[in-house]
Amino acid sequence: MHLDHPETYPQRYSHPSPATALSGKHPAPTSSSAPTVRPDGTRRALRIGLGGPVGSGKTATVAAICRQLRDELSIAVVTNDIYTREDAEFLLRNAVLPAERITAVETGACPHTAIRDDISANLEAVEDLEETVGPLDLVLVESGGDNLTATFSKGLVDAQIFVIDVAGGDKIPRKGGPGVSTADLLVVNKTDLAPLVGADLGVMARDARTQRGELPVAFTSLTEPDGIAPVIGWVRERLAGWTAAAA
Amino acid sequence: MTITTTAPANRAALLVLADGRFPAGGHAHSGGAEAAVAAGRLYDATSLEAFCRGRLDTAGLVAAALAAAAAAGVDPLLLDEAADARTPSPALRATARKLGRQMMRAARACWPSPVLDALAAARPRGAHQPVVLGVTASAAGLGPLDAAHAAAYEAVSGPATAAVRLLSLDPFDATAVLARLAPDLDRVAQQAVDSARLALDSDVDALPAASAPLLEIAAERHAAWPVRLFAS
Amino acid sequence: MDRGGRMTAVVPTRATAPASGVRAAARIVAAPDGRGGTALPVLDGAGPLALRRTRAVAPGTAQVTVVGAMSAPLGGDHLSLDTRVRTGARLAVGSAAATVSLPGRCGRSATYDVRLTVDSDAELCWLPEPLIAAAGSDLAMTTRVDLAEGARLVLREELVLGRAGERPGRLVSRLTVRLDGRALLDQGLALGPGAPGWSGPAVLDRYRAVGQLLVVEPRFRDRPCQVAVLPSDPAEGEAMLTPLAGPAALVTALAEDALMVRRLLDAGRQAAAAAAG
Ligand SMILES: Nc1nc2c(ncn2[C@@H]2O[C@H](COP(=O)(O)OP(=O)(O)OP(=O)(O)O)[C@@H](O)[C@H]2O)c(=O)[nH]1
Ligand SMILES: [Mg+2]
Repeated sequence: MHLDHPETYPQRYSHPSPATALSGKHPAPTSSSAPTVRPDGTRRALRIGLGGPVGSGKTATVAAICRQLRDELSIAVVTNDIYTREDAEFLLRNAVLPAERITAVETGACPHTAIRDDISANLEAVEDLEETVGPLDLVLVESGGDNLTATFSKGLVDAQIFVIDVAGGDKIPRKGGPGVSTADLLVVNKTDLAPLVGADLGVMARDARTQRGELPVAFTSLTEPDGIAPVIGWVRERLAGWTAAAA
Repeated sequence: MTITTTAPANRAALLVLADGRFPAGGHAHSGGAEAAVAAGRLYDATSLEAFCRGRLDTAGLVAAALAAAAAAGVDPLLLDEAADARTPSPALRATARKLGRQMMRAARACWPSPVLDALAAARPRGAHQPVVLGVTASAAGLGPLDAAHAAAYEAVSGPATAAVRLLSLDPFDATAVLARLAPDLDRVAQQAVDSARLALDSDVDALPAASAPLLEIAAERHAAWPVRLFAS
Repeated sequence: MDRGGRMTAVVPTRATAPASGVRAAARIVAAPDGRGGTALPVLDGAGPLALRRTRAVAPGTAQVTVVGAMSAPLGGDHLSLDTRVRTGARLAVGSAAATVSLPGRCGRSATYDVRLTVDSDAELCWLPEPLIAAAGSDLAMTTRVDLAEGARLVLREELVLGRAGERPGRLVSRLTVRLDGRALLDQGLALGPGAPGWSGPAVLDRYRAVGQLLVVEPRFRDRPCQVAVLPSDPAEGEAMLTPLAGPAALVTALAEDALMVRRLLDAGRQAAAAAAG
């Protein structure tokens, strides 16, 4: 239980009371329990996990983040496809990052196990990337598409993004679940499709707020130029916090 | 030197170590079950049992013996070499090292020990998993027989769990297969400990080298699939 | 090889076989003859293991053929064959026909121990015909190979469960190869009645013949062969070529019968030879 761990990571949000944390309503943000320094003593890369239902736009978000930030930061990606190495191959095909910066982890038909209950393969993949492509600033770990209860372990990532889309219906934020209510950033993607599927973004924003309290929500449409901007802003903030904590 | 085969006081540590939820990466591996399903050789509870019997007395026996020998104090680096010699498939050697590295991480968190640190330093990319398992067992205060039991059980529980996911097999049927194998697991574990005792007095050639040619060939096929659920 | 043909030459019952079984130790030593060739200072057949120096296939290489003088091994027999190839020598050993493991009158098991020692800069081609475990037989076969650094080896082992249309006998085999004292390959098989799981989907499934061909070649140290699953119709057999953790390549084959295993091993050997350059 994360409540058992005293945490020193600089947080923008206050700790909840044990009761609300257990109900998952107003949670503490993720902050990794993994050591923050490399064997050589330098501060390791910030690790951000991306989870969410199948097809919501996790890979598209990863790709957009990489395209925006790859010139100023050293980035690597770990994918956890539930079935194939599709995500890794998409990123490769689209030349988002060079091949040596992308690693695929198999999950034995249980994507949530690999990011939550037994994170050893993912940790190995992250550490191998740090070792083989040199010092990194940011590692993105994409989970295989899963259900609304899947969240990342604090042993694996420092922060997590939960990506849902409007095409799944505007009820998703209302349903809540650990992903929607506890992720450090909730991304509601494919807003361009809202009129087509009759999704009310206002309702989604309101329900998200009920579930998440002050935790941030970003509405994105990745088909539009610079549609990733709100996510980039959030990532930069996390990076700044990460670097500041090192100083 | 003799090996104690009576139950040590901290037997409960064995439950922690052998728990399917022990976070050492096993969940992503099918022990060859995914390849056997694809080849049409594994399709129901009966064929699962036959598969597990074959695996237990080959890969399982070898793993149990390596683990028992490591727990008994045989040089883990010699055992690592012996494991390589018993694994013609490079895909399976890589898998064993990957899992060994993952087990090492979990083991050092659970039972910190200089022996584990030394092995991790000598094999930073991972030693064969059964060797790490054996050293872990001794770090946890367990004996060679416990290590052998854990390795042997893992050799069949992995494929059984995977078969449930791959074939939508009734989980009660799959678990009943494991229950029926229990006497064989005990026999294999004892056989492993007996050979470990010999290895302690002579060399690693005293450990069994039982091979399963189909597991080896299928593992290479599986490693080349572009689409798969399990890492092995 | 031909399951029903040549093999029968060594199958006729052994008229003089004692009920307790035979103990026989044969020996071969190969050494350079000083003229660029290979001499055989020791060529001692024993019991059912008769040895003949036959016409060399490759220049500089001494060729020895194991001629089965009697059907062997029978239950209760303990046979051994010890071979040493000294530095600079090249030896090729084959057999005239398949070896058939048969039940003995006493119902006991038989052992057959092969021990091969190859010194540095020496070469051994060990290419016997298959070993067939006839119904009711019980044989433990061990092959122990000690290679010095720089030794070259080609070794083939083919095991067949039962003669054509016959139930399998019991066969336990162990092949242990050490290179410069370190474990290089260790493969055991326990097949036939009483061996757990051997005919199941993890071990042989419905195949009844299994073979391995090992090539140890110093050049593999810098340039290991690539993994190759050899093309075959799975209805007939399957095989792969794999690099070992040392300077060696192994072909593993499974098939319906010995003929198909041989075909697959030959294909694998060619692929390995191409890799060795
Ligand atoms: N219209 C629209 N389509 C989008 C948007 N973002 C992603 N898509 C499309 O949605 C589909 C799924 O996107 P992915 O990024 O592969 O989704 P994912 O969450 O990674 O999917 P899995 O990894 O399979 O769970 C793709 O066809 C994308 O092109 C968006 O903002 N608008
Ligand atoms: Mg994806």
